[in-house]
Amino acid sequence: MRQGQEVSVAGSRPPGEPMLVKIRDLHFSRGDRKIFDGVDIDIPRGRVTAIMGPSGTGKTTLLKLIGGQLTPDRGTIEVDGLNVHTLGRRELYRLRMRMGMLFQSGALLTDLDVFENVAYPLREHTRLSESMLRKLVLLKLEAVGLRGARHLMPAELSGGMARRVALARAMALDPMMIMYDEPFTGQDPISMGVLVKLIRQLNDAARLTSILVSHDVEETCAIADLVYVISDGRVIEQGPPQQLLESGSDWTRQFMHGLPDGPVPFHYPAPNLARDLFRGAA
Amino acid sequence: MKTGKTVEITVGAFVAAGLLALFFLAMKVSNLGTLDTSDTYEVVAHFDNIGSLKVKAPVTMAGVELGRVASIGFDQERYQAVVKLAIYKRFDRIPDDTYAKILTAGLLGEQYVGLDPGGSETYLKEGSEIEITQSAMVLEEVIGQFIFGKAREESK
Amino acid sequence: MEALARLGAGWIRAVRHLGRALLLLLRILEGQSELLQRPRLLLEQLFSVGVLTVLIIAVSGLFVGMVLSLQGYYILSQFAAESALGVMVAASLLRELGPVVTALLFAGRAGSALTAEIGLMKATEQLSGLEMMAVDPVRRVLAPRFLAGFLAMPLLAALFSALGVLGGWFVGVGLLGVDDGTWWVQMQARIDWNEDLANGVIKSLVFGFVCTWIAVFQGYNSLPTSAGVSRATTRTVVHSSLAVLGLDFVLTALMFK
Repeated sequence: MRQGQEVSVAGSRPPGEPMLVKIRDLHFSRGDRKIFDGVDIDIPRGRVTAIMGPSGTGKTTLLKLIGGQLTPDRGTIEVDGLNVHTLGRRELYRLRMRMGMLFQSGALLTDLDVFENVAYPLREHTRLSESMLRKLVLLKLEAVGLRGARHLMPAELSGGMARRVALARAMALDPMMIMYDEPFTGQDPISMGVLVKLIRQLNDAARLTSILVSHDVEETCAIADLVYVISDGRVIEQGPPQQLLESGSDWTRQFMHGLPDGPVPFHYPAPNLARDLFRGAA
Repeated sequence: MKTGKTVEITVGAFVAAGLLALFFLAMKVSNLGTLDTSDTYEVVAHFDNIGSLKVKAPVTMAGVELGRVASIGFDQERYQAVVKLAIYKRFDRIPDDTYAKILTAGLLGEQYVGLDPGGSETYLKEGSEIEITQSAMVLEEVIGQFIFGKAREESK
Repeated sequence: MEALARLGAGWIRAVRHLGRALLLLLRILEGQSELLQRPRLLLEQLFSVGVLTVLIIAVSGLFVGMVLSLQGYYILSQFAAESALGVMVAASLLRELGPVVTALLFAGRAGSALTAEIGLMKATEQLSGLEMMAVDPVRRVLAPRFLAGFLAMPLLAALFSALGVLGGWFVGVGLLGVDDGTWWVQMQARIDWNEDLANGVIKSLVFGFVCTWIAVFQGYNSLPTSAGVSRATTRTVVHSSLAVLGLDFVLTALMFK
């Protein structure tokens, strides 16, 4: 079954394109809860790949596993040919310099202003002159349209602006890939539109690979080249967005079209209502 | 966050104030300020009994502190206490026939060394010895003598 | 049987906790070398840990010294021993009250702030963000805070004791009429720089080490929620205070035989 899906993905991308990220047989659990139970994911270079699924399916956890912040119980994750979890600290940090990550909250350093936040990774990892650094930072800020906001503190930014600053910061070291953690949640339609445009634009202009974790079907389908749908620790279906929207699977249809009831029940598992209500009275 | 200059200045002030406080405690509050041995000279005195005299007890003349007790030892041949006194160099005209006795500050206070000047024209210098000494007053002995004396008076 | 199991589980948890704290401490100590290249980080932390704590330390020191002097005078004057007032005030401050009260105030003012700051950085994903920028938060966030606390504590304790002595002098000499010369001369004669002052400084170094270690660990180990951060902050104050009092007893027993 899984083998068959592999083939269908292979058909959807230009032949011979190497995979940037290869996830094989990933198992991960937090306490007693299994979050991933044998997941295989391939992320092609130069594309926007979306990983979708209902809240609580561990999408953010997946990004942390790719970034090496968490260690899987079983299975391997390879990024650009390197097995993330067998790297030493130094190599892992060198790899991370080539990965950008955009956190849900932006994760800006609250005691630095916008300019310094974007300059931070450059100051940490390079020895650029101050004038060179200034030019680079202003260019990055210009790319996200916030050059004028450079003196603001993170607390003065709206949620959408904070994410754009964080995006500029993630781009500062010119990474090979950027991971977006729920970039659209809680955004008004305008900043949502801005982010959708930015992600696509940056991906194509800077020849990046983008990994997008989201449950906003419409926006994600608008920019993704490839979509993986995960639920209950497994990949349910994968393919280009159009294919998934027309999918025959009940589950995928429920998720992609936002139907209230289906394979994912409306009710959290509970004992029979009548018995629950009149318990004790008997 | 404050601007860079403010941080630097206040941290500098903080560290300076902390070190100043330490210096104050060392020099004004503790005995470190009075322990300077570089400008003292040592003289020796033998006592039959030093009572509870301790190292660093003051050495005074006419109530003025001239130095400190530097060390206390024991002479195995003479069965006497050997007390070395560190005298400040600026007091360089103490006659060498000066008389040293061990006194008590107040009834139950600390013991110290009191010097009474002699009349000699030569002065104490590094390594010289104070020949005439008087032991500490030990309370039991004083009381013992008093009782002994009383008893003798009555028996007369 | 149930109680025995719970006891065992508690022990295992405590040991695991301690192990994690020790590992973190090792990583922090290892990270100190990098601070030499970035003294600016240390400077900023000395500001928030040291400078912002000075006021409460100074005021407390002054008042503790004044109260000591007042109480001491009433007791000593019954034995006509007012001349020993300065000695009593200085010895109590240098040996015990300076290091201990400073450490307790430090835990409440600076330690809790450290924990809350680090905990909130964790809750708002700033620490994760640093990691993903290939910046080690232990080296960049925890190490300078730890060193700053360790260095600030003896300075704060010295300020506390010095101001305490001055406060005691003000009450004893200025208000109660103890002779100025007697106050200082007796103090200098009886307070030993090695026995009293140096031991006090050693105590405050130990307290600084332990208090900042606890604060930094609790922040780093807190659950990334508002409830988790607030619990961690409380734990910092409680654990630091208990550790200071317990260690003070041990150190006193070792130092003043």
